[in-house]
Amino acid sequence: MRKMLLAALSRVLQGPAAAAARPVSRVVVASRNYADFASEATFDIKKCDLHRLEEGPPGTAVLTREEGLRYYKTMQTIRRMELKSDQLYKQKIIRGFCHLYDGQEACCVGLEAAIKPTDHLITAYRAHGYAYTRGTSVREILAELTGRKGGCAKGKGGSMHLYAQNFYGGNGIVGAQVPLGAGIALACKYFGKDEICLTLYGDGAANQGQIFETYNMAALWKLPCIFICENNRYGMGTSVERAAASTDYYKRGDYIPGIRVDGMDILCVREATKFAAEHCRSGKGPILMELQTYRYHGHSMSDPGISYRTREEIQEVRSKSDPITLLKDRILNNSLSSVEELKEIDVEVRKEIEEAAQFATTDPEPPLEELCNHIYKNEPPFEVRGPSQWIKYKSVG
Amino acid sequence: MAAAAGALRRLARCGPQQVGSGRLPPPAPLSAGSALTPVPVSPQGLGRRLLLLRRGIHGSAPAAVQVTVRDALNQALDEELERDERVFLLGEEVAQYDGAYKISRGLWKKYGDKRIIDTPISEMGFTGIAVGAAMAGLRPICEFMTFNFSMQAIDQVINSASKTLYMSAGMMPVPVVFRGPNGASAGVGAQHSQCFAAWYGHCPGLKVVSPWSSEDAKGLLKASVRDDNPVVMLENELIYGVPFEMSEEAQSKDFLVPIGKAKIERQGTHVTLVSHSRSVGHCLEAAAVLVKEGVECEVINLRTIRPMDVESIEASVVKTNHLITVEGGWPQFGVGAEICARIMEGPAFNYLDAPAVRLTGADVPMPYAKILEENCLPQVKDIIFAVKKILNI
Repeated sequence: MRKMLLAALSRVLQGPAAAAARPVSRVVVASRNYADFASEATFDIKKCDLHRLEEGPPGTAVLTREEGLRYYKTMQTIRRMELKSDQLYKQKIIRGFCHLYDGQEACCVGLEAAIKPTDHLITAYRAHGYAYTRGTSVREILAELTGRKGGCAKGKGGSMHLYAQNFYGGNGIVGAQVPLGAGIALACKYFGKDEICLTLYGDGAANQGQIFETYNMAALWKLPCIFICENNRYGMGTSVERAAASTDYYKRGDYIPGIRVDGMDILCVREATKFAAEHCRSGKGPILMELQTYRYHGHSMSDPGISYRTREEIQEVRSKSDPITLLKDRILNNSLSSVEELKEIDVEVRKEIEEAAQFATTDPEPPLEELCNHIYKNEPPFEVRGPSQWIKYKSVG
Repeated sequence: MAAAAGALRRLARCGPQQVGSGRLPPPAPLSAGSALTPVPVSPQGLGRRLLLLRRGIHGSAPAAVQVTVRDALNQALDEELERDERVFLLGEEVAQYDGAYKISRGLWKKYGDKRIIDTPISEMGFTGIAVGAAMAGLRPICEFMTFNFSMQAIDQVINSASKTLYMSAGMMPVPVVFRGPNGASAGVGAQHSQCFAAWYGHCPGLKVVSPWSSEDAKGLLKASVRDDNPVVMLENELIYGVPFEMSEEAQSKDFLVPIGKAKIERQGTHVTLVSHSRSVGHCLEAAAVLVKEGVECEVINLRTIRPMDVESIEASVVKTNHLITVEGGWPQFGVGAEICARIMEGPAFNYLDAPAVRLTGADVPMPYAKILEENCLPQVKDIIFAVKKILNI
């Protein structure tokens, strides 16, 4: 995949003559030595605040050209996917609840960059970005939002209930996903396959009692669980100061060590997660990460998001801390890529989103027979009652 | 055969009657921000200002006015907060956000931090706090953003609120009101669409009310606040914006709807339709269609789930000989199941010409896709079908 991307990019940059039958490997070698681009750069990143830790993640990070382009493309895809969802919601093609992730892209992309596909992840309802980084296509995500049979949950789940391999949703009840995450971590330890679970929740959820119960058991039993608080400063319409007696979310695990991370800097997130993953894998038990981040949209599409914060604040974050802009500047200022190459990626991303949206708006709704399936697992077919005794469905699986 | 003969007898005998101020809401709900009205600022002034402009337009009874359920609830909260200093409201986003569904709009501005309290997202915790406050002599109104989230706190509602008076042999009453939207909304998925009428209705010590119209909403909320027992009030998000006519009497500050008493929204003679909350509207729509075919449905709005007004249902069944219950919740152990059981135990059983019928939500978690969701709730066409089936027409 990587080689194909590099090969394609270099073909484009070198012009049509280069597209003629040159073996792929020679093209790759040629692009690696392409004089204008550096192959990697090292950056100073913000030191994390530490709780009950002698040492924390490193203060520098290396970004390769390939990583830079990959992170850029992934974040841009998520950004455009969320904006497309906004559009589709306003056209009433997406219904119900829709919680958008734009602004927070560095979190999901940075986390995924530091873990393996065999690791596990669970989050709450602001989950579109995670569904993507965990392997669901934009097509399947958007088709789920529009309630079509091509959606990743066949249209039965909707925005808050996207699932994938080793991605446990997509959960609607605030805080409930945290004990679930510790349970997944318990299974990881039980199976002994060196896997860990990333368990995410927001600043609003941080005040749920079940989270403290979970901290206790995870620490007691040394579960390989990284608790991650995505602090975007507002729990729906309530700012952190009005909801929490202590807003040092990274310290609230008390006896669980914690790190506070700049969640707008993808390299910060990645390095911190690598550090935390190592902590868990080495059998030391759970660790807590607070990612300081920001959402541009309101809590959901029915919240304009400006009654409890100012437009100036939103604008300031956009102009000074946008995660995609931060990465882009780093890439360009260190010759990891060019404006044109990044524009190419933008065009590709736009195309992918448009095609996915086209699919999501034209795919048919699930058939009525789907209504009664997936109630039980491994159960022989049984009858399901509809709104009256005369309306019966057959649940076949 | 006998059932059909009975039906024909009744068709021949009676004509349609309509009682009460209950009427179907107009097809196109008018909102507070409509072009005709200047947008009023104070919640309680809203209804009254709407009245002045709409009076001529609708040609309704002189003092009646169109009020949305949202505004009726807002008025009720305002009036009860004003009347009794011990009353306060707590919940997520109820204060500075004006309420997640704007039910408490303007109240924090008027009453301040002491009476309108924004809580963190800690249902178990703040529900327990509400119950404790009630035990100590206050009269809290505890709002759940939806009743789905009340499951996190249900131990406090059942074990701490509903049972305490009994366990203390009368020494410790718990005058708390739990309120919020219940049941399905539109496309909110399985975890946000459950109906809790049967769950709470199951428990002795609790009172459970389920308003449909603005009158129901206002009168029941006021009655609940003044009741010395824990009351669960199951509202419905989809009806918040629907306007209903409110009589002058209903607009008064002392208007109460008695808990435990159902209302006959429409008199009829051929079949009894018993329902609560949003389904009442569907029953009335079905009745309006069926009247054209000469079938007169009696529509009963339960208003209260517990204690249930079985007498009203029995009296109706004695008259019509046919019973259909309609609800949004799941069928097994539901409100309809309870009604059928009670009818069997009482005098009305002998008057049934056909087995009672339950229309309910489909027995599945609520799917998200629109076409699936629509088929998971009893629609007007399902009610019409059931009526014709039960009457053999």
